[in-house]
Amino acid sequence: MPGLVALLFLVIPLIALIVQTPWEAFPKIISSPEALEALRLSLVTSLVATAFAALFGIPMAWLLAREILPFTGLLRALVIVPLLLPPVVSGVALLEALGRRGLVGAFLYDTLGITFPFTTVGVVIATTFVAMPFLVITMEGGFRSLHQRYEDAAATLGAGSRRVFLRITMPMVAPAAIAGLVLCWARALGEFGATITFAGNFPGVTQTMPLAVYTALESDRSVAIALSMVLLVVSVGVLVALRGKYLQTRAS
Amino acid sequence: MTKMLHGFVAIAFVVGLGAFFPSASGAAPKPSGTLTVSAAASLTDVFPVIADAFEKRYPDTEIKLNFAGSSTLMNQVIAGAPVDVIATASKSTIQIGIDSELVARPLRFTKNFLTIAVPLGNPANISKISDLQRDGLLLGVCDTAVPCGSAAVELFTKNTLDVTAVTRELDVRSVLAKVISGDLDAGIVYVTDVKSAENRVEFVQIPFRDNVVATYHISVVADTREQQLAQRFVNFVRFSTTSQGIMRAFGFAKPW
Repeated sequence: MPGLVALLFLVIPLIALIVQTPWEAFPKIISSPEALEALRLSLVTSLVATAFAALFGIPMAWLLAREILPFTGLLRALVIVPLLLPPVVSGVALLEALGRRGLVGAFLYDTLGITFPFTTVGVVIATTFVAMPFLVITMEGGFRSLHQRYEDAAATLGAGSRRVFLRITMPMVAPAAIAGLVLCWARALGEFGATITFAGNFPGVTQTMPLAVYTALESDRSVAIALSMVLLVVSVGVLVALRGKYLQTRAS
Repeated sequence: MTKMLHGFVAIAFVVGLGAFFPSASGAAPKPSGTLTVSAAASLTDVFPVIADAFEKRYPDTEIKLNFAGSSTLMNQVIAGAPVDVIATASKSTIQIGIDSELVARPLRFTKNFLTIAVPLGNPANISKISDLQRDGLLLGVCDTAVPCGSAAVELFTKNTLDVTAVTRELDVRSVLAKVISGDLDAGIVYVTDVKSAENRVEFVQIPFRDNVVATYHISVVADTREQQLAQRFVNFVRFSTTSQGIMRAFGFAKPW
C-alpha cells in the first residue's frame, strides 16, 4: 500500500501538468521567439556542458577507478559534493570563485578582463559544475567493472596507453558512457539554481528553459506550463533512450 | 481632503482600540491566533519588525512571514497557499487576485522610490541616471513581471534612456546581492534596499522629479480562516503609529 501511495505521489503531478497544458495555444507558445530562444540556448549550453564533462570528467573517472592518485576515497567524495549540494549553493560557490571579485575571478578580470556572470559561458560553467559528477560517478562504475587484463593484453602487444584507452577501454565501457552522458546532459538541461545564481537571467544570453519557465510563472502561467511540457517530453525521451537500464523488469 | 480623512481614521483607530476593548469589562475576547503574511521581497527587513510589534501588542497572536517577489506571492495565493494577508510592492501584481476575488480590496500602506545601487567604491563611476546608458556597463534590473522591474522600465521611459541590462532578476534582493558582490556595476533597486545594506553598497540618488514611485498594497486573502485577525493586522500596518514609524525608520515613505 505505501508503495502505491509513492506511485501516485510521483505520477499525479505529471498528469496534472499534462491536463493543465493549454494544448490549443501550445504550438503558438512554444514557437514564440522567446521560447525558441530559450530552447536553443538550453540545447547549446547543455550539449557544450556535456562535452566538457566528457572531455575532463571521463579521464577523471578513470583516475578514480584505477586509484592512480593518492587519497582516491577523499577525491571521490570531493567530486560527488556538487552532486549532493543544493544547486543554488553551487551558484553561490561559483560566484565566490569565478565572480568578478571571486577567488579566481578577480585575477581573471584584472589581468584578462574576463568575466563569467551574465554570459552564456557562465551558464555552461554552472551547468558543467552541477552535471559533471553524474558522468564521473557512472563512468567510474563502468571502469571498475572492467577487467584490467584486456588493457594489459593490449599493452603487452605494444599499444600505447592512449591507444589502449581509446581502442580497448572506452569501447568496453560504452554502455556506462552512454548512460552517464545522457544523465549528465539531462541534468544540465534541467539546471536552474546554479544558473540563475551565477549567470543571471536574460533572454537569449542566460535564460535557459528552466529559467524561462520560472520567469513565465511570474506573468503567464499557461506559458510556464507549456514550456514545462516541452521539458517533460525531453525527460521522457531520455528515459526511452535509457530503456535498457530502467525499463527492464529483470536484469538479463 | 483625503489626506486629512486618512489621518483622522488613523487617530480614530488608535483611540478606538482602547474604546473597543476597555480593560475594565474584560469581556471582549483578546485577539489570538496565527496569521501567515506573504510580503514582497523589498519588505524583508521591515516586516519582521512590524510583526514583532504586532505580537507584542497582541501577545496571543503569532505572525508567520513569507517573502518572495510580489508575483510569486500572488501565484502562491492563486494556487491555494494558506495565506491570510498579502502585501505587494504594486497594485498591479495584486490585480489578478482582485479580478478573481481571491483577495479583498487592496489598500495602500506605504511608498518607496527607486535608486541606483553600486558596489562599494562605485567602480564604474556612476554619478547620474544617464550614465546607465554607457556601453559595456553591467546593469541589473528586475524582470518586468515583478514590480521593481516594471518600475525600472517606467524610470527609463520617463527619462527617455536607452539602457540594456545584463540580467533580469526575479526579485529585487537578487539584484542587490549581485551589486554587493561586485558582479554588477549598477542595479535598479528601491531606496529601502540600499538602506538595509548600508556599509555593503553605495547608491546614486535619482532626483525626485525623475523618479518613479512604488505604492505598496496590502490585502486580506478571501478564504482566510482568521478574517478578523487578518483585518486587524492590515489596520495595524496601515494606521498604527508604531508600524508607520518603523517603516519610516527603514526608509519607506508615507503612503499618502
